[in-house]
Amino acid sequence: MAGNELRVTSSKNSIFKARPILVALWFSILFLPFKGAKAALILFVVLSTSIVLSRSLLSYAKSLREKGQAVSNRIRTIKLSTRSLFVARYSLLLILIALPFFVRDYLLDIAILTGIYIILALGLNVVVGFTGLLNLGFVAFYAIGAYTYALLNTALGIGFWPSLPLSVGLTALSGFVLAVPALRLRGDYLAIVTLGFGEIVRLVLNNWDSLTKGPNGISGIEPPYLMGISFWRLSNYYYLILIFALLTIVIIKRVYSSRIGRAWIAIREDEIASSAIGINTPMYKLYAFAFGAFWAGLAGALFAGKMQFVSPESFTFMESVLILCMVILGGLGSIPGVILGAIILVILPEVLREFQLYRMLALGSGLVLLMIFRPRGLFGGKSVSLRS
Amino acid sequence: MLAQQIINGLTLGGVYAIIALGYTMVYGILELINFAHGEIYMLGAYAGIIFFGLFTAIGLTSYSLPLSIVLTLILSIIFCSSYGFTIEKIAYKPLRKAPRLSPLISAIGVSIFLQNYVMLTQGATDRVFPYLFGAAGFDFIGARVTYLQSFIIAISALLMLSLHFFVARTMIGKAMRAVAQDRVMASLVGINIDTVISTTFVIGSGLAAVAGMMVAMYYGLVNYSIGYIAGIKAFTAAVLGGIGSIPGAMFGGIVLGLVEAMGAAYISSEYKDAYAFVILIIILLIKPAGLFGKSTEDRYK
Repeated sequence: MAGNELRVTSSKNSIFKARPILVALWFSILFLPFKGAKAALILFVVLSTSIVLSRSLLSYAKSLREKGQAVSNRIRTIKLSTRSLFVARYSLLLILIALPFFVRDYLLDIAILTGIYIILALGLNVVVGFTGLLNLGFVAFYAIGAYTYALLNTALGIGFWPSLPLSVGLTALSGFVLAVPALRLRGDYLAIVTLGFGEIVRLVLNNWDSLTKGPNGISGIEPPYLMGISFWRLSNYYYLILIFALLTIVIIKRVYSSRIGRAWIAIREDEIASSAIGINTPMYKLYAFAFGAFWAGLAGALFAGKMQFVSPESFTFMESVLILCMVILGGLGSIPGVILGAIILVILPEVLREFQLYRMLALGSGLVLLMIFRPRGLFGGKSVSLRS
Repeated sequence: MLAQQIINGLTLGGVYAIIALGYTMVYGILELINFAHGEIYMLGAYAGIIFFGLFTAIGLTSYSLPLSIVLTLILSIIFCSSYGFTIEKIAYKPLRKAPRLSPLISAIGVSIFLQNYVMLTQGATDRVFPYLFGAAGFDFIGARVTYLQSFIIAISALLMLSLHFFVARTMIGKAMRAVAQDRVMASLVGINIDTVISTTFVIGSGLAAVAGMMVAMYYGLVNYSIGYIAGIKAFTAAVLGGIGSIPGAMFGGIVLGLVEAMGAAYISSEYKDAYAFVILIIILLIKPAGLFGKSTEDRYK
């Protein structure tokens, strides 16, 4: 009797329990009107064989997964000796510094883009990963940072360095302004309000022709100069990005392990409990929003300086989703995980150029699969819960 | 001029209201913002074009136009309901016990997937729905009402009424309300939760299919990306009326349609899409329970 009660039915693999032929037939019928009979037939054959195959592989995969779990647990518990960590870190740094001497401009370009996305993803990670607040309009801050520098530079002729604090400060301020009212909401409603904020910012940029030149965007933005060095050259810009990315990592890491960071984690894990032990939760959530936005502003200014052109097209909702994917893929709340997530999601599409069309398709299904099978991301930390 | 805007607003509002019903029903039962719902509406528009094209090809439209429209509508409803059903089984059911934001992220994934799926299979360019009714219409208190507009308004009203009776009077409607109130309790009194949730998705998707096809007929052009913005607007309508409340969604949809028509006519048509977001944010900040919603504490906590 007791055994009966204890039986747990896993709904996760319900799709594999159904008859494979019927499942394949069902999907093919759903597919039929969109691409015609021939494609549906091909899909049917592919699906039914792959479901049959995956079923037989499933038991094997299960044992493999258990093994994998053990391995990844072991990896997590391995304490690298300080010395080997030191060596690994500095050799990586050396490789990064030496990179421009070895690789072509194209790869350097990707490296620069990766750096910008690392800054962005780490910023979003503060809000989503550390504090557990879903922000679907993060790209708005990125846009504000980029447009502030673009406008200051093209309209008033202010250089990169003087306008950097302005654009970063303005972005942090806008994070603050959004957060003050929005943080009264929780969970999914907060997510939707941030999404709305992102869309409003994009629509304003798109329609305020006299200031932002609308959909044409702003061109002719100057790249940064510093003491006679122009960062127009790719390798110079690469070092600039490298320095800023390292700075971001170091600062976010320091803040994460400070009192503020621990308060964020506490809020993420249990808001009521953390306010009960005296954490001023609205205040710390505000910090998280403004602090996250700050990095987006930095990334935006760097992006504008790199591209020398900004237009609303770069700041769509899909961009927000992409950054969110970087954070989720690598592992919510884990700094190395997020960095890895950003690297993967920038480099993978470049490697798979032929499949460019399928990029978003894969991103969408990847999100669903991640949520179902690895909600903590590939390299996720111990207990990260996205709670409402 | 004003009467004309009201008619235009009602037409749009009817469509928003029908889509909003899908959001509100799913939210009422699962507390999930079904981000993919707008995509179902887009699929409905495409299904309308595809099935109508099929009927044109076999000559049914020249034989009887009303019959082919009704058949197209029925086929699109079945088609979209199947998609809704499948999406729930794949993307939401495994996450029923997960933290609340996981299914939301999964829903965003589904939405992106469907958009690109349609773009890849149907092409990125606009698809055209044949211009059936022309500009023919009648004058009504100084406004020009096309037959298509009156058709859309009538169908929306009919669907809203029948849904209202379905939820209020039938056994499964009762079960839906019970699940919305307390899922565990409902399962204890013998209600099959899975069936109720599937039914909700099937009905919501069917409604979205109708909305999609009506919009395809109204504007004549369909694009793979129409679902996102329409979805957000319909969600706004649902929140405006009080999410979880069916009459609220109807009311919210119509109000939103009117606001948009008025705003486009009297303020600025460039920011047409922004009104919904502004309303959404204002409503959420001032009265998160919406106009009709019960202000249950945990609704926004």
